[in-house]
Parts: sequence; structure tokens; C-alpha cells
Amino acid sequence: MSTEAVTTFPVRGGKLRMEHVGVVFERDGKTVSVLEDINLDVSDGEFICLVGPSGCGKSTLLNVMGGFLWPTTGSVTIDREVVRGPDPRRILVFQERGVFPWLTVEGNIGFGLSQLSRMEREERIAHYVQMVRLQGFEQTYPSDLSGGMKQRLQVARALAVNPDILYLDEPFGALDSITRLIMRGELLRIWQSERRTIIFVTHDVDEAVQLADRVVVLSARPAKIQDVLTIDIPHPRNISSTRYLEHRDDLLKRIGLAYTA
Amino acid sequence: MVRGIGDLLQHGLLLKYVVASLFRVTWGFLLAAAVAIPLGLTIGWYRRAEMAFNPLVQIFRPISPLAWIPIAILWFGVGDLAAIFLIFVGCFFPLMLTAMSAVHNIPAVYVNVGRNFGLSTADFVSRVLYPAVVPQLITGSRITLGIAWLVVVAAEMIAVNSGLGFLIIDARNAGNRYDLVVAGMVIIGTIGLLLDLGMRSLERVKSFRWSYSED
Repeated sequence: MSTEAVTTFPVRGGKLRMEHVGVVFERDGKTVSVLEDINLDVSDGEFICLVGPSGCGKSTLLNVMGGFLWPTTGSVTIDREVVRGPDPRRILVFQERGVFPWLTVEGNIGFGLSQLSRMEREERIAHYVQMVRLQGFEQTYPSDLSGGMKQRLQVARALAVNPDILYLDEPFGALDSITRLIMRGELLRIWQSERRTIIFVTHDVDEAVQLADRVVVLSARPAKIQDVLTIDIPHPRNISSTRYLEHRDDLLKRIGLAYTA
Repeated sequence: MVRGIGDLLQHGLLLKYVVASLFRVTWGFLLAAAVAIPLGLTIGWYRRAEMAFNPLVQIFRPISPLAWIPIAILWFGVGDLAAIFLIFVGCFFPLMLTAMSAVHNIPAVYVNVGRNFGLSTADFVSRVLYPAVVPQLITGSRITLGIAWLVVVAAEMIAVNSGLGFLIIDARNAGNRYDLVVAGMVIIGTIGLLLDLGMRSLERVKSFRWSYSED
């Protein structure tokens, strides 16, 4: 992590590596190729955003990384170990309905902490309640929380088990635009204080440029990696600076949505 | 009719009959729940098991529990056991189908979160599967308990010599006491209502209530 002091993006490679990952689904006797030959190296502590047209297989790719889905070809390795299934060291945060409605805020955050002693667990819960700013809502059930609070709760539950990688599947996709802006700031703050590797799926170009060290652009189905953009602007990023806008235009161009007048 | 109820109360018969009926319903229902719910959850979880069992379930399900009366008496004689068996049969399939559909309706997200946090099978069942199906089981149980209460009255008219069903048929046979018949019906209705209210109050428990809200 020695590079952190100099720039925001660390040395390439090392943490998570995907080699020739392909996924083929079978539906009604027909085979549909969803992912083809995905190769990517992610280094420890890096913030990666995956963008691409909707339905292109971003979530599928995340599910493969998370161990929920076996790739048809190729492999995913984390710390040189092949991923063989879901693992509490890597937590996936879902877009919606990810928190357990039958548990309170405390119960949800403590969900993965049953191995700890009571005192440790309570300390850990209190720490993350504070980190995601849900103080005062410890005993509240999710049905009484707003959408943004539920997503913060999900992130807290994920972080509480101390994972080295966090997969986020359009976590702010169902939120209104103001809440989404706030949540981006919160996530950056948490990422900077906790330094986990984050793989973040989004269809929001601004979200990607504001958050990521590198933006991975996927093509339409069958998805391949079309481009990898490095965003070397230090955080917090001024979202109206020239450099930011250049990156944003560049990304839009690569997706094929450049403003042409 | 009011006098009829008064008569029954005086002889201590009313309380005795109500208790007898409730006793049968309770045991029949609980035994059915103890067998049908775990079985339904298991079968619902494994698609293949469901494909194997479903035809059997669909054959037994439309048979009215009352059609079992002769067999119940043959197996258990006239008495509590026969009545409890009939209630068991009447509750078994609705509860099993409720459990099966409850498993199907668990959002995939909950299952994935459970797997992600590395739960053991036992932990997964007790901390994800069970809480996820409880609200639906409560609703299903509420409806099923209503069925049990229907069945007990019919069963008592034939298979036993006590209870509210027996009261009604006995009042008619022993001198056309239609005041007692109506009194019996009113009491059956009232207790049915109370049972339903009791089950409904379970739906209001905070950690169960989530699935009844619109989210």
C-alpha cells in the first residue's frame, strides 16, 4: 500500500485475477453466451467500476467473482486461490432487498458475527452503526428505514465481517438522485478509512468517474472487456473540474454515447 | 336460545364440550403442523422431491377429510383418536402446500446472502430459511385452523360422544331441541372468531410483520 501516499491508484495485479472467464447459459435448449474471454487483474485496495449497456452481463460477472456462479470457461483466483464458492471474506451487496427484514439494524449488522463473543460483537456492531451513520436506529426494522438507509445497512453488515473484497451490484441504482450523490460520498469516505478492494457495478457514468481508480467498460452481450480507463484524479474529486469532465467525456465516447452536435 | 346456553352452562356441559372440541383441534392441528411443515419445507426446497411428491399430494388433497370418517373409526374406534386423526388429515395438506409455496417464495437474495456469510446448513435453516417463511406459515396456519374447526364439528357428530358437534346432533336427536342446536352454532362461530383473532395477533409481531407491509 506504499503507493497510496503518492496517488490514489495502487500497483496493478495481485489481489483478484480473472483469466479467460466465459459464461454460457442454457435457456430453452438454446445456448446464450453472456461473457466471453474476460481478463482482469485487480490489485489490493483498488476501486474498480464495471460499466456497460444494461443486460450485458455485469451482474453475471460479479456473481462469478463472488463464487455464486461457476464460469463455463476460465477461472477467478483471489490471492492465488481459485474461487470455488461464496466466501465470507468477500461480500456481495445487492441492489435491493439485501437486508433481512426480520432483523433489526443491529441484528442485520451482527448477522455474520455469531462466532464472536458477545462483547466483541456488540463493539463491532456499534462501530459500524456509527460508520454508516445509523445511530439511534439500532432497534429499528428495515421496513421503517428509507432506501438509502437500507443500503448503508447492507454495506455495514458486509464490512462488519471484515471482508477483503466488497462486490457492489448497482447498490445505489434504486435510490433517488440526491440520495445517490450522498451515498457516493459516504462510500468513498468508508473506502478511504477501511481500504477494501471494491468492485462496483453501475450503469451510471458519473458514479464510475467519481468513484473508480479504473473503469472497466464491457461491450454488449456477449460481454467482453472493451476498454479499461484509469481515472488518476485524487479524491475527493471535483465533479465540475476540467479533468473530471474530460474523463467523463472519454468514457461516454467509449460507450458510444458521446455528445455529437 | 339464550336459555339453552344458560342450561348448558348450569350443567357444566358447555365448558366440557368446548374443552373437548378445542383439545381435539389443538392436537390434530399441532400433529399435522409438526409433520407437514418440515416435510413441505424440505420437499419445496428440493425441486426433484417436489416433482416426485406433487402428483401424490394432488390426489389426496381434493379428498374431503370427512371421507376419511369410516377409515378413522375402523383404525381408531369411536373416540378422541379418530377425531384427532380426521383433523390431522384435514390440516395436513393445506399446511404442507403452504410450506412448499413459502419456500418457493423466498427471495433468492436472502438465500445468496446466507451462502455468502458462510452459514452451516443448520444455521441457514434457523437463521434464513425459517424466518423467511414464518409470515407465510402464519397466514397458512390461520386458514388451516379454520379448516380444523370445521372438521372437528363434523367429526364429533359421528366419531365421538362429546364436543360441540356432538352437542348439535345430540340436541336434535334427543327431542328436537333446536334452541340448543342454534346455541351450539353460535358458540362454534364465536370460538372460530376467537381462534382467528389469536392467529391474527401473531401477524402483528414485529419481526414477523415485515412481509405484510408493502415493501
